[in-house]
Amino acid sequence: MELATITYIVVGLSFAVYIVIAIAARAGSTQEFYVAGGGIHPIANGMATAADWMSAASFISMAGLIGISYNGYGGSVFLMGWTGGYVILAMLLAPYLRKYGKFTVPEFIGDRYYSDTARVVAVICLILCSVTYVIGQMKGIGVAFSRFLETDYETGLYTGMIIVFFYAVLGGMKGITYTQIAQYVVLILAYTVPAIFISFQLTGNPIPQLGLGSTLVGSDTFLLDKLDRVLLETGFKEYTTSVRLSTLNMFAYTASLMIGTAGLPHVIIRFFTVPKVRDARKSAGYALVFIAILYTTAPAVAAMARLNIMQTIEPSPGQHVLIEERPQWFKNWEQTGLLAIQDKNGDGRLQYVADPQRNELVKLDNDILVLANPEIAQLPNWIIALVAAGGLAAALSTAAGLLLAISSAISHDLLKSTFYPSISEQMELNASRGAMAVAVLGAGYLGLNPPGFAAGTVALAFGLAAASIFPALMMGIFSSRVTREGAISGMVIGLGVTLFYVFQHKGVMFVAEWRFFPGLGKNWFFGIEPNAFGCIGAAVNFIVALSVSHLTSEPPERVRRLVQEIRIPAGSVTAPAQH
Amino acid sequence: MSQLSEAQAEQYWKRNRSLMIRLMIIWFVVSFGCGILWVDTLNLIQIGGYKLGFWFAQQGSIFIFIGLIFYYVVAMARLDREFGVEED
Repeated sequence: MELATITYIVVGLSFAVYIVIAIAARAGSTQEFYVAGGGIHPIANGMATAADWMSAASFISMAGLIGISYNGYGGSVFLMGWTGGYVILAMLLAPYLRKYGKFTVPEFIGDRYYSDTARVVAVICLILCSVTYVIGQMKGIGVAFSRFLETDYETGLYTGMIIVFFYAVLGGMKGITYTQIAQYVVLILAYTVPAIFISFQLTGNPIPQLGLGSTLVGSDTFLLDKLDRVLLETGFKEYTTSVRLSTLNMFAYTASLMIGTAGLPHVIIRFFTVPKVRDARKSAGYALVFIAILYTTAPAVAAMARLNIMQTIEPSPGQHVLIEERPQWFKNWEQTGLLAIQDKNGDGRLQYVADPQRNELVKLDNDILVLANPEIAQLPNWIIALVAAGGLAAALSTAAGLLLAISSAISHDLLKSTFYPSISEQMELNASRGAMAVAVLGAGYLGLNPPGFAAGTVALAFGLAAASIFPALMMGIFSSRVTREGAISGMVIGLGVTLFYVFQHKGVMFVAEWRFFPGLGKNWFFGIEPNAFGCIGAAVNFIVALSVSHLTSEPPERVRRLVQEIRIPAGSVTAPAQH
Repeated sequence: MSQLSEAQAEQYWKRNRSLMIRLMIIWFVVSFGCGILWVDTLNLIQIGGYKLGFWFAQQGSIFIFIGLIFYYVVAMARLDREFGVEED
């Protein structure tokens, strides 16, 4: 059967499953729409959280980021950063927010800081980081469609919007939870199966995590030593030691991704769906187990696929492949524009070296490592189709979680809690569906315009979450002294400096012409790149919030009681009376 | 509020906090420490095909994170029972 036909069948089947689940798990109340009724088993929630969390970027791009752009060791920032945040969540945030027992993140901030203004500021922060993030997912859906199903980018994006719209609007958190579980299964199979094959072919060990530390088949050279040597010979830096910019930058990058992870509202609200505080702690652990299956496989995929590419191009030292005889997968991916070659020295052979003057592999997109992996390993067509379905599952599951976070913030925190408290439950449910629909359309629009916007957004979302939401939540739990004035100014200034640094480097809304203060130079703040700046924004937030709190009068007694109550698992929380 | 007195609640929170601090120190050491700050030194040690620092940065820290969370789950369940604040 044709590859395209198989891909349509596999992707079509996976979509059918999501829709059937969505119809079976329709939400009938706001409780079901916002937190899936609050009765999700911690293992099920862990799996849903893993799918919610692992986006198109994790699935399609991360291995390539590690293996190509960050040249190996430098890519560790993603591996540690995007997993270490769960330790913070499990200990510092999730149990207490679950105990508090409401529906949304701004709701906690509004109550804890006894202020509608704080709630509205939190809603704005939430929308900024969730919208920037969801745009990245929409782009991922468009890209996955266009590459595997040979549609154009726009058609792919519209199809994705319709699918997400259908099950997220209908099912709310309840529908999303069960589809995310199905999506996790699809995406993890799609990621690990090719990795197992490739690891077995190269090292004889089918477990990629072990294969990465093994010797190559038929030799006693370790895979990583071989890769280090091949890279050094072609003028690249050593794979296992090349630092991303500087040690300080790697430190800041990792810290920013960690606290950004812990501050992303669509991840936090997943912990509101389990029955107990104890379950929230457990659930974070299970989530990390399910995430780690992919995250410990990714570095193996990165190194192995990079080595495969190097060896395809230069099978034995000094013997470069004839361009005429390059493998079929190479030609296939040239058509998509992810690979491009140019015979600069006219010898009819392909040279891939670090020196841009002599390098003939003029385009090597990060996404190629995961996307072309099955073809490089010569796996059957159904596995290629599975990778397509996996990439779409990763993008759809994350998009749905983000859209829910956005719509609940609008219908619950803005409408119900702030501007229109007398609204009935049915009306609130309709409003959240309406808000979801608008969010889907808005995200789709921003997936297309401005064109450069979608690419830069995912990293920005982490920076914003780290600098605004995480510190407000943490101080809200760990201190009863932080005041509303402190929290609000902390969030606003933390968000402000982060946006300033990112936009100053990359242009407002990532439009390159809208850069400002070029005289400051690149990475002027101690050599820290914009993507790694979130932890600085967070530090500014903490400092501002604590100082301002010190100068303003103490929070009322009921806030002190609230803080005490959320720290103890048993008993109920007596929600503070509105002010 | 549960049946805990203010002093007991204070005690419970203190125990929880000291557990958190201990675990967060390990969290910091295996990722920022072994994976970033001391990576060059650790890379002098080789285990199988892995340089040790590289292994911490790309594999080891993640496994240890999982262990930390489950240790916290178990230790907190014990603490909850000791103070009689486990749910139902």
